[in-house]
Amino acid sequence: MLSILLKRFFGAIPTLFVIITLTFLMMRLTPGGPFDTGRVVSPEVQANLMRAYHLDEPLFSQYLRYLGDLARGDFGPSFTSKDFSVTQLIRQGFPVSLQLGLSAMAMALVVGLGLGTFGALHRNRPSDHAVIVFAMVGIIVPSFVMAPILTLVFGVTLHWLPAGGWGDGHQLSYKILPVVALALPRISSIARLSRSSMIEALEQPFIRTAYAKGLPRRLVLFRHAMRAAILPVVSYLGPATAGIITGSIVVEQVFSIPGIGRYFVDAALNRDYTLVAGVVVFYGCIIVLFNLIVDILYGVLDPRVSRR
Amino acid sequence: MPMKRAVLAMGVILAFLSVGSSSYAGGEVVLRRGNAAEPESLDPARSDTVNAGRIQDDLFEGLVVLDPEDRPLPGAAESWTVSADGLTYSFTLRAGLSWSDGSPLTAEDFVYSFRRVVDPATASSYAYIFFAFQNAEEIVQGKIKDPSRLGVEAVDPRTLRIHLKRPTPYLLAELAHAKFMPVKKANVEKFGAAFTQPGNLVSNGAFILEEWTPQARVVLAKNPKYWDAANVHIDKVIFYPITSPNEELNRYRAGELDITYAVPNAQAESLRKTAGEEFRSNVQFESSYLGFNLTKPPFAGNPKLRQALSMTIDREMLAEKLLKVGSIPAYGIVPPVGDPAYKAQRVSWASLSQAERVAKAKILYAEAGYGPDHPLSVELRLTTSEDARKVAIAIASMWQTALGVKTSLVTEEFKMLVAHRHEKQVTQVFADAWVGDYPDATTFLDLFTTGSGENDPGYANPKFDALIAEAGKTLDTARRAELLQQAETLLLEDAAIAPTFNHVELFLAKPYVKNYRPNPCGYTYSKAVTILPH
Amino acid sequence: MTADSGWRRLLRNPMAMAGLTVLGLILLLALFGPFLAAHEIDEVFWDRIGAPPDFAAGFYFGTDANGRDLFARTLAGARVSLLVGTAASLISLVIGVTYGAIAGYLGGRIDAVMMRIVDILYSLPFVFFVILLTVYVGRSLSTIFITIGAVIWLDMARIVRGQTLSLKQREFIEAARAFGATDRRIILRHIIPNLWGPVIISMLLVIPDAILTESFLSFLGLGVQEPNTSWGVLIGDGAQNMMETPWMLLFPGAFLALTLLAFNFLGDGLRDAMDPKE
Repeated sequence: MLSILLKRFFGAIPTLFVIITLTFLMMRLTPGGPFDTGRVVSPEVQANLMRAYHLDEPLFSQYLRYLGDLARGDFGPSFTSKDFSVTQLIRQGFPVSLQLGLSAMAMALVVGLGLGTFGALHRNRPSDHAVIVFAMVGIIVPSFVMAPILTLVFGVTLHWLPAGGWGDGHQLSYKILPVVALALPRISSIARLSRSSMIEALEQPFIRTAYAKGLPRRLVLFRHAMRAAILPVVSYLGPATAGIITGSIVVEQVFSIPGIGRYFVDAALNRDYTLVAGVVVFYGCIIVLFNLIVDILYGVLDPRVSRR
Repeated sequence: MPMKRAVLAMGVILAFLSVGSSSYAGGEVVLRRGNAAEPESLDPARSDTVNAGRIQDDLFEGLVVLDPEDRPLPGAAESWTVSADGLTYSFTLRAGLSWSDGSPLTAEDFVYSFRRVVDPATASSYAYIFFAFQNAEEIVQGKIKDPSRLGVEAVDPRTLRIHLKRPTPYLLAELAHAKFMPVKKANVEKFGAAFTQPGNLVSNGAFILEEWTPQARVVLAKNPKYWDAANVHIDKVIFYPITSPNEELNRYRAGELDITYAVPNAQAESLRKTAGEEFRSNVQFESSYLGFNLTKPPFAGNPKLRQALSMTIDREMLAEKLLKVGSIPAYGIVPPVGDPAYKAQRVSWASLSQAERVAKAKILYAEAGYGPDHPLSVELRLTTSEDARKVAIAIASMWQTALGVKTSLVTEEFKMLVAHRHEKQVTQVFADAWVGDYPDATTFLDLFTTGSGENDPGYANPKFDALIAEAGKTLDTARRAELLQQAETLLLEDAAIAPTFNHVELFLAKPYVKNYRPNPCGYTYSKAVTILPH
Repeated sequence: MTADSGWRRLLRNPMAMAGLTVLGLILLLALFGPFLAAHEIDEVFWDRIGAPPDFAAGFYFGTDANGRDLFARTLAGARVSLLVGTAASLISLVIGVTYGAIAGYLGGRIDAVMMRIVDILYSLPFVFFVILLTVYVGRSLSTIFITIGAVIWLDMARIVRGQTLSLKQREFIEAARAFGATDRRIILRHIIPNLWGPVIISMLLVIPDAILTESFLSFLGLGVQEPNTSWGVLIGDGAQNMMETPWMLLFPGAFLALTLLAFNFLGDGLRDAMDPKE
């Protein structure tokens, strides 16, 4: 197991390298620079700015400079938040995004799996239909509609929860609406996936055999059926993470949450090369890491996948 | 059973979410302001947006401040004199001024701060605001290597002298701008770019920086060392960077904000009726207009076509039906507010009715070589903002109805639009807007001089340039205004641009917020605000 | 399983049939919208800015914030959204299934490399991808769905690979291999046909995804250009002001919701009908 881990870990390095290079090139090749502010900038001042940020150097030496800085854990200065370094910004925003994302993911998994299993066990009965309908709501209502609705109902009208913001970062009340808004579409997907795979699993011969052998229903469900049913959900975790990262861009925007999703949009639209590259490289690491975990989980859960 | 586990797991999630909670200590007077966007920097030399400016107005204080009508009032300076030729300004600082850390604030600090802005090493994108100072342009361009040759000197700790290379009647008002605010040398040198972070920042304004969480909030606390601290009635100011006006309105309604930055355009009309005294407005020193690319067909050398398009924009309709309280129809580039000496100019056909304008525009359109069989197809470039889109859709429809022009709208995100406008390669007609930096007509007219970096239409008229240059040398206020007015008339008659409207800043403020009065140039000072018990 | 019996099972499923009917109706509305609407999509009615529905005047859904007929615009939006959804999901289907099946079946080093490529594409911020494409290719409807298709096939490839990994251990694959079938034949004849279940379910995740992604792009000003529109654009505009002009959100929202529901029901029906284990 350890050797597989190490192998995957070192395998991830070229991946990251490619991510860094592609991101770097993409940023530099897109028109519009970080200093197009819509204000008078004389050519001399523009030149001074370019020099201060080393943007006047050839592309390749900029690239080498960037790689060198990265190796020292320095993501460079931010163009749009000039008083902070990119490293500072990521260090600030990541815990917020992580907390938001993990909470949403946990909520999606627990509620989604629960609903899906419940639906499968009560197949075609009214309670199953209720689950299906609920799952539909999460899919058909886009998060940029759901988030303002939640705000209007719970924040503006009922005054139960704050309408936005993140408070001082420690207040639970600020986190409920964003987590729910971020989790809803994932709850729906997981409920649907686990419902259909559970139904499929329940029809497998080995389940029937288990029942025939007189094993208790609970044991059959949780030892055998659940294990088979959870596989598609596990392989959905990768996409779900990507979905949560994309979704957090919207949710962080709508609720004004200081996570890196919000930096990302701002930085992208403002051509903040270093901040964008920093966030992407950072996300890249997270995704590579997460996929590694999913692969391992898959191997552990599905005995049919040979352990290479 | 799964339910039990689900409950357990939810418990874990909730525990994860709540890492303790805290609330504000009671008894503090807190002002919570919407501020639209995250400030790019709190360093006066390196910021360039209104959003940063609003925070800097509270953190720092320059030699002068502007009153609600844009008139300069004493700030850090208690008085000043101007030489007869208008080239030398002497300021006397208030006695006993100090930084927030208690150290004395002297004329040397201003000299250091001014030199720092023009120093190429600082790379301030706003350094041009110093160009009336002796040697400023040469220092920024690197022709003079020594920033200490800038036209500013500390005669003694309380006397600052500024030497100009040309008379600048608006200099006093300009000095209220953030670029002329003092920063503390020791801290800049010690912390570098991080000198504005909480704990590092020493300032001289009514407030000091307590917390800055990017994309979340900036918290300022009252500065007990401020010279006028006795008259500051607020303990804390919190700025929230909330981008969407709709979301900001929700937060305001939920009682989480005291003053908003803006009002969603679509709800302005109903809020004006329902929000009563909470609904407030401020006519800004701003112009929105459409620019024509004068360097490429179809608009190069085709003033008739440009004028036809400009005339068929029904500005009254735009203002009355679409933008409502948020705008005033515009027929000139210099807004009617902000510069008291200047008489705002209007296009010659402004006195016609809209029907007459359309009739005349049809003739011009035909003379320009277009008609029903040969309609103009044109691209209109705009930003992605909601309001920009609404205006562009309406204008495209007006052109279609009046002239049969086929307009395709091209929305581009802001940076891309700015880049395209500057390059003048792909643009045809484009949306543009300008907010005055100081209350003087030149802040608008200078844009259109030949070769100016912001001359997006590519307007090049030697007569216009000559008038602007002549005005720059003229000391007599009336004569100077007259020259500038002639220049604007020329620009308008050439139809290099189609003015559309002047923006009215709309915002909400809770009834208990008193004395909050932004001015046309957009300066806002929290220090004057009082909050009634509520 | 024969296709015949599958179809019969599908026809007997009322929800699936309801979904099919709704989709058919919406498709007809989308196609014949210009004939049904009383007004053009880009005509501005200055006296009816943000007006509620008025049947007598032909504004069945009211008007938008610019005074344009929302009925005409919703139907125009239907054309764009359905086109984007279908085209993008077809792209994702073709690329994703082929890619995922090959990676999962071949396994080993090839699988590792192929999945690494997917990882890389995943972690690229597609906002940039889109900005680059719109700059170099030019902004158009096809740019939008190619971009979306190029992004969302990754999910499909992941799911298909996962399923293939477990499928290839099954007896009938072993049997085919024992009979000397080529890899190509096994993938085409045995693996892909047995993937329909999960593939259809993920198709149904992909279509709403594509439609919603399009609206995200339109939000950034990179989507459909005015005066053309899509449901995403209309809903985004409607959500701005849902308290005061709810019809701007309600009508396009209902169309989107109905369409997505219909796709879902139809998909579930198909899944049940094609389930080879029954």
